[in-house]
Amino acid sequence: MAKEKRIEVENLNFYYGSSHVLKNINMFCYKNRVTAIIGPSGCGKTTLIRLFNRMNDLIPGTRLEGNITLDGKNIYDKDVDVVEIRRLVGMVFQKPNPFPKSIYENLSYGLKINGIKEKHFIEERIVKSLKEAALWEEVKDRLKDSALRLSGGQQQRLCIARCLAVEPEVILFDEPCASLDPISTKKIEVLIEKLKERYTIVIVTHNMQQAARVSDYTAFLFMGELVEFDHTEKIFTVPAHKRTEDYITGKFG
Amino acid sequence: MRRNYGQSVGFFVLGLCISASLFFLGIIIYFIFMKGAGVLSWDFLTQGPRRAMTEGGVAPAIVGTFYLTMGALLFALPLGVACAIYLCEYSPRGLIVNIIRMSINNLAGVPSVVFGLFGLTVFVKYFGFGISLLSGSLTLGIMILPGIIASSQEALLAIPQSIREASLSLGATQWQTIRKIVLPTALPGILTGVILSIGRAAGETAPILFTAATFYTRGFPDSIFSEVMALPYHIYALMTEGTYPEKQTMIAYGCALILLFLVLSLSGFAIYIRQKQRSYKYG
Repeated sequence: MAKEKRIEVENLNFYYGSSHVLKNINMFCYKNRVTAIIGPSGCGKTTLIRLFNRMNDLIPGTRLEGNITLDGKNIYDKDVDVVEIRRLVGMVFQKPNPFPKSIYENLSYGLKINGIKEKHFIEERIVKSLKEAALWEEVKDRLKDSALRLSGGQQQRLCIARCLAVEPEVILFDEPCASLDPISTKKIEVLIEKLKERYTIVIVTHNMQQAARVSDYTAFLFMGELVEFDHTEKIFTVPAHKRTEDYITGKFG
Repeated sequence: MRRNYGQSVGFFVLGLCISASLFFLGIIIYFIFMKGAGVLSWDFLTQGPRRAMTEGGVAPAIVGTFYLTMGALLFALPLGVACAIYLCEYSPRGLIVNIIRMSINNLAGVPSVVFGLFGLTVFVKYFGFGISLLSGSLTLGIMILPGIIASSQEALLAIPQSIREASLSLGATQWQTIRKIVLPTALPGILTGVILSIGRAAGETAPILFTAATFYTRGFPDSIFSEVMALPYHIYALMTEGTYPEKQTMIAYGCALILLFLVLSLSGFAIYIRQKQRSYKYG
């Protein structure tokens, strides 16, 4: 598979009011690869990933300098439809956040708001996404049940299926396993491994073993600065910077 | 040992408080029932009053109160929910929104007779609606508006930001998110406000005193510009005017019982919708 850059970040600076939270970030994410963003709490990794689908637009008093491009187009340009960007760049959040509706409605929602009405098509897509998210076998007999009856791990896989149902091209995972037990975490990691065959994946994680296991590229953020960005293998075996080494060997953070 | 003692005393006091509340509630219902049940009959519910209110029924007042309450809700519910959505979902947080919020909360503390006078000046006189079902409904509507806004706001604020983000992240617009996710989720909370408002709108006398209510009508109101009879005003009139206090008092208690029943059944309907909605929320 030829490597193709999907997301490129150029000279990115980001401010919450007067505090400068991301400092001159330059990185990229390849198609069909998993890019992990690691770093200690408060380093700005969640802020960074939320810039990729313009989720930070919701927070008042923020300012952005530099470019984030998706397939060469700056997603912060004036003529860009933010709704379209969010459909192309799906997101799975830190805590499972299913809608307080049935499993079926959770999955059909994304299609309906995008104007798809045909019932047969919607049903097919739901089955497909549930299978892709490795949840189908567990819920196929109770699609009408409330999504909130599912366990935490199932809820998170439902959120992944919900994201897949609208067929995005990039999927952002913001610490997707932070509130899950090791078995559910394992399932999600296996899933990410499979999903990268079709999607471009970016994952923020606290867990360094997880970054080492699932990602192809790793970005190490520290206090808003990108310390190092390279092949995951290299970051975890021969990091170029002392701070990266200290962090991954557990000397701080 | 001392901790256990403290706990026992605490629970005892709490139990005492709940018993006292239930006791008074029980006594109210008991008295109204004992005194009012005697006059209840099919005719009482379906006929108009006769012989200077001493005989016959109170059907026009039941219908009048029902219309006034529904009218008030019809006006206040959409307006109140829309205000709450604007304040919670659209407006930038800041000084002005805080001032608006504070004003609305203060509006909730305005005595009901002031709303009555306002209704008289604005709806009855200025807009020329006269003393009518319309003027009364609007006045009651304005009275319950702050309550509906406050409870709707609370319901909206209680919705976790994370499910709004989930919706937006799928490519929904803010309006789709509000209409399809936020509002349905907030519905039980909004309905709680509605339930409280129904009781207030149906029971208040002062706001309709100068704007809608009349002592006697021949039949049911035939348009929104008709004067109407209403249960709370009817009770007030029976207890303060007329020449046969014994008979009138009985009828007044009968009215009170019906009013209680009317409010309970309207609220019951709202509670039913709320429970249905909640069953999804909590699995």
